[in-house]
Amino acid sequence: MSNYLLIPFLPLAAFLINILFGRKYLKENSHWVSILAVAGSWIVTVATLFDVLAGRVINEDLYSWIVSGEFKVSVGFLIDQLTAVMLIVVTTCSTLIHIYSVGYMHGDKGYYRFFAYLSLFTFCMLMLVMANNFLQLYFGWEGVGLCSYFLIGYYFDKKSASDAGKKAFIVNRFGDFGFGLGIIMIFLTFGTIYYEPVFSQAKGFASQTINFLGYDVHLMTLIALLLFCGSIGKSAQMPLHVWLPDAMEGPTPVSALIHAATMVTAGVFLVARCSPIFSLSETALMIVALTGAITSLFAATIGLVQNDIKRIIAYSTISQLGYMFLAAGVGAYTAGMFHLYTHAFFKALLFLCAGSVMHAMSGELDLQKMGGLKKYMPVTYWTMLFASLSIAGVPGFAGFFSKDEILWLAYSGSSPVGKFVWVIGTVVAFLTAFYSFRLIFLTFHGKFRGTHEQEHHLHESPKAMTIPLVILCIGAVASGWVGIPHLLGGGAHFTEFLKPVLGHPEAHGTHAEEWMVMAISIIAGFSGIGLAALFYLVKTDIPVMLTQKFNAAYKILWNKYYVDELYSFIIVRPAIWTAKNILIGITDARIIEAVVNGVPKGIGEFSRILRKVQTGLLQHYAAIMALGVLIIVAMMLLR
Amino acid sequence: MVPLNWYLMLSAVVFMIGVFGFLTRRNIIIMFMSIELMLNAVNISLVAFSHYLQDMRGQILVIFIITVAAAEAAIGLAIIIALFRNKDTVHVDEMNEMKG
Repeated sequence: MSNYLLIPFLPLAAFLINILFGRKYLKENSHWVSILAVAGSWIVTVATLFDVLAGRVINEDLYSWIVSGEFKVSVGFLIDQLTAVMLIVVTTCSTLIHIYSVGYMHGDKGYYRFFAYLSLFTFCMLMLVMANNFLQLYFGWEGVGLCSYFLIGYYFDKKSASDAGKKAFIVNRFGDFGFGLGIIMIFLTFGTIYYEPVFSQAKGFASQTINFLGYDVHLMTLIALLLFCGSIGKSAQMPLHVWLPDAMEGPTPVSALIHAATMVTAGVFLVARCSPIFSLSETALMIVALTGAITSLFAATIGLVQNDIKRIIAYSTISQLGYMFLAAGVGAYTAGMFHLYTHAFFKALLFLCAGSVMHAMSGELDLQKMGGLKKYMPVTYWTMLFASLSIAGVPGFAGFFSKDEILWLAYSGSSPVGKFVWVIGTVVAFLTAFYSFRLIFLTFHGKFRGTHEQEHHLHESPKAMTIPLVILCIGAVASGWVGIPHLLGGGAHFTEFLKPVLGHPEAHGTHAEEWMVMAISIIAGFSGIGLAALFYLVKTDIPVMLTQKFNAAYKILWNKYYVDELYSFIIVRPAIWTAKNILIGITDARIIEAVVNGVPKGIGEFSRILRKVQTGLLQHYAAIMALGVLIIVAMMLLR
Repeated sequence: MVPLNWYLMLSAVVFMIGVFGFLTRRNIIIMFMSIELMLNAVNISLVAFSHYLQDMRGQILVIFIITVAAAEAAIGLAIIIALFRNKDTVHVDEMNEMKG
């Protein structure tokens, strides 16, 4: 049973081998090491999944990491149902994306570096989900953040890419600061940071309050919200969502793996993992639900008008992550995890298809310059179409089941904001279907709008890229079938599987209502697709007319609600001003430099006086020595 | 029988001659000889005490000191010769390169 250790440590070994020997020896063969390692992890993961299905939960410490008085932390692993789901998602996506990268990154000069970082990322992500205490979770959390930074700035000779990497890292600092404080609060409250004792004792602190900045705050609310700060940063929720669209500067496989399928979902995983704490605080849950709902609406509206193919999918990711938080916020953690699991497949697939399109278009990202690609790249077209059907919530596809479960539980749950977020969720479902199909229609249908040269170059991607697409496509279609609700005659196996860890909220509603919620979400999805078809296939002059008619609204959406500009105005520019004028101008130039230059100058002056003693004449030294002896003798005689 | 005091006085006088010679002469060879004087002044007092205390260990120690002194003198003279070849002088006032 202890072979589960191979799951994180195989990718770590691949990272070490690639980073040490990749540049000189492995070069074009680096991918073999990484692919074999993640595929190995995947096989062990599947074996572990069967163990968990059989009811065996692992929770053991590998070795003592820090022992300091009361504070004890180990590198330890907890593999329960929740972890098993995450493990499957991470290793499956990671393996397929590693294979895809062989085709996508072919001939790149940093080939070995790319695979090394990809493996390191996989290791950190696995450590994150397998942790049995908060500090190891934090280790993985920061590790994936670091790898994200490396990989966003992978083309570091491009200014925009290195800037985007820095932006992602710095924005995440804000969230992680709160997360760090949350872990400290947990330690102060419970005296331990292991999951198991913390969660089992949490109930005992349910009504405790603490004085925070002069207010009496509910202790569990405070802890939950501090932890949620971390989630907001990592999962790109409002107001820290700004880094994710810019992160699209990285290579597309990275966008698919890190910024769609795995890392960004870590925030949802955190909320689900800490559900015993969140469940004790209605306020915290309400904030989680509202943050998720507002973010998903906000990002979906921006996605409507963008033209950069990867950015549309990025906003779609933010929006879907909002959906997962919405689910967690109404207490439906299982539904959130279900959406996380289906989303990983169809969103990774969307990104990889976008990468395939980029590959064919020689790096072109602008939707307005594409069109009619269907006949050139059929595999990409069909897989992307299935992914879009899935995300749009067409019945039978994976996205439908998870989205429907979220909406139903939001509608019928006991959360005070449940009905409100249900309305938003339904609107977002409509918007999602619309922008997803806008992307499909503008890319693959109609006439080609690019240059002649690009058209000549169009081709289907190599096998290494299309095979992962097809496999992920199966996931995007079928992964939802494990969670078909009872209403449709399914067994809701996914929910049952996670019940021991996450519990399940009670739904207060009749079957009729459940049918109604489902029907509304199906109608929303289909009308979104239909509207997109009308706008971009039938009457292509309507969008142009609309943008002219509602120019102000269009401008706001096109500029992403001016959030970047706002941050630049209230945070970035004051920070740079302070740095330039106060920190460099006063602190550095006047204070630090005065000390740094003053001390050696003073020592120099003093030594100039002192070194006169060193005459270089032997007899002076001898005389001083004799004098010294005389003084000592005199002192001994006179004592 | 010569009393111990006389030996010690002799030792002190020879030692002080060495000290003054070392401090006042500028010829490095003379200074070197002064050092040897100081060394032997100490030897005198050692032998004197050895005789006075009827303990042979002092005299044995003196034999060792003389042996080592011979070796040291050989090295010292070699250094002086090397110095002279380089600087064409044995005058210490002209050897002040180590001045701060």
